[in-house]
Amino acid sequence: MQMMTIQSPASLKPRLQVATSAPSSAREQVLALDSGAQLSVTELRAGFGASEVIKGLTMAIDPRATTAIIGPSGCGKSTFIRCLNRMHEVTPGAFVGGRVELNGVDVYDSRVDPVRVRRRIGMVFQKPNPFPSMSVRDNVLAGLKLNRVKIGNVEEVVESSLRSVALWDEVKDKLKQPGTSLSGGQQQRLCIARSIALKPEVLLMDEPCSALDPIATARIEELISELRQHYTIVIVTHNMHQAARIAQKTAFFFMGELIEYDETDVIFTRPSQKQTEDYVTGRFG
Amino acid sequence: MSAASETLGLLEADSSAAKRALHAKLFEWGCMLAVVVAILPLGSLLWSLVSKGGAAISVDLFTELPVPLGEMGGGMGNGALGSLYLVGLASLMGVPVAVLSGIFLSEYGETRAGAAVRFCADVLSGIPSITVGLFVYGVVVLPMKRFSVIAGAIALAIIMLPTITRTTEEMLRLVPNQLREAALGLGVSRWRTTASILIRTALPGIVTGVSLAIARIAGETAPLLFTAFSNSNWTEYMDDPVASLPVQIYTYAVSPYSEWHSQAWGAALALVLVILVLSVAAKFATRTRYR
Repeated sequence: MQMMTIQSPASLKPRLQVATSAPSSAREQVLALDSGAQLSVTELRAGFGASEVIKGLTMAIDPRATTAIIGPSGCGKSTFIRCLNRMHEVTPGAFVGGRVELNGVDVYDSRVDPVRVRRRIGMVFQKPNPFPSMSVRDNVLAGLKLNRVKIGNVEEVVESSLRSVALWDEVKDKLKQPGTSLSGGQQQRLCIARSIALKPEVLLMDEPCSALDPIATARIEELISELRQHYTIVIVTHNMHQAARIAQKTAFFFMGELIEYDETDVIFTRPSQKQTEDYVTGRFG
Repeated sequence: MSAASETLGLLEADSSAAKRALHAKLFEWGCMLAVVVAILPLGSLLWSLVSKGGAAISVDLFTELPVPLGEMGGGMGNGALGSLYLVGLASLMGVPVAVLSGIFLSEYGETRAGAAVRFCADVLSGIPSITVGLFVYGVVVLPMKRFSVIAGAIALAIIMLPTITRTTEEMLRLVPNQLREAALGLGVSRWRTTASILIRTALPGIVTGVSLAIARIAGETAPLLFTAFSNSNWTEYMDDPVASLPVQIYTYAVSPYSEWHSQAWGAALALVLVILVLSVAAKFATRTRYR
């Protein structure tokens, strides 16, 4: 079992570990990971059984920025981000082809363990999903504990993780209550804290606000804007206003293909593709 | 005509309303009657046990050996201890196998192997317990050339397998898939997700299944007749025949002696109480605590 040690959150160097027998070029690639995380996707094909949902998609995602994925239902947005941390293959019957590189290392390389990819690329889901059998505190620590990571100062990790999602003041007196006793918006921030406690390089968010009310949504959006200074964020959203508010870059997907990908204000004010314009002006979707 | 159309008929006398109300009442009474019919046997059974067995319950009943007819006193200590051995050993063998099978079915069971295991479990749960006793007689008792605690426990373990397997599977299936994804998304390995998150979440249900299975085997008599047999003395070794409460209750109940009858009632009441205490203790031990 791989052991990692955290003395303090700041001293943790992000790294993606490949088998020790890897050739030196691969090891150099691994070391390059220390300088901020860049995701790049090349010719990604994915789907379920005979139906191809993602049809050969190539895009590079900027480090330390928020990238929004928009598009009508069924265009492959969720499938796409689930491919980025190898969650797609968990579904029975799913297939994936192509390359997804995290700082130059293909996460689909046969030497790469998907479990380790998911520790480096965190995920926040549509519905808040704290563990019902755990307290607020244990939910924050769940990723570390379940991965048998040695935690130096437990209370410090709990507090800093909850502070980074602006939840500490609201729950500091409720740390021992069940995670599911919080409100929906608080639960979602708890889930983000749970991901952040693992110090990932990338945070994937699959419509994180679709189950929340407008006030809770505003808090999460505020949080995303702060988090992107430290993390590479990819967010799938149905809400175009949300994309316009929080994302530096926006990608428009349609029928499993990348139609247009540009600075967010370009996509919403002067898109170059007719389909993008029709979608962002509400003519379909 | 005009009045009716203005109020859309809402204020008119309506003969079907009375009929609907009557139907609703009849249905409600029918359900209540069914509940009474279902509870009545349970209540009367408990009442007979307490009224006829209450007097026979004493410390001696669980600590003393049976005495020859005609002598006063004596108990079923050998049967009580024997039941403990049998149920304990059967649980040690049966519970881990059954729970792991349930996990296999729920988490990895969407395959042909899974369907085969599920089918076998269903067939096994339909097999009469006396048949299981005969089977164990053939494969354990005959080769060993003796009745034993081991043979009895194996028979009971086989009987508890299908119930626990299927409840474990059902309880794990009730755990929302979002929790599996949450754990996998945190980079938790598949088996640790199952062991730490899914089982923890489904534990109260799994424990209920285990308690039910233990309650059932604690009262089984037929499979023990050819496997554990009986013993009028204390059992010291696991390959010796052993007395058990159900077999002893059976023997005493069919005897013509009134002291034996009253001891049988007492033992029956004790068996029910022990199972009740076990179930409550299991529920209590597995309730979720938050730190």
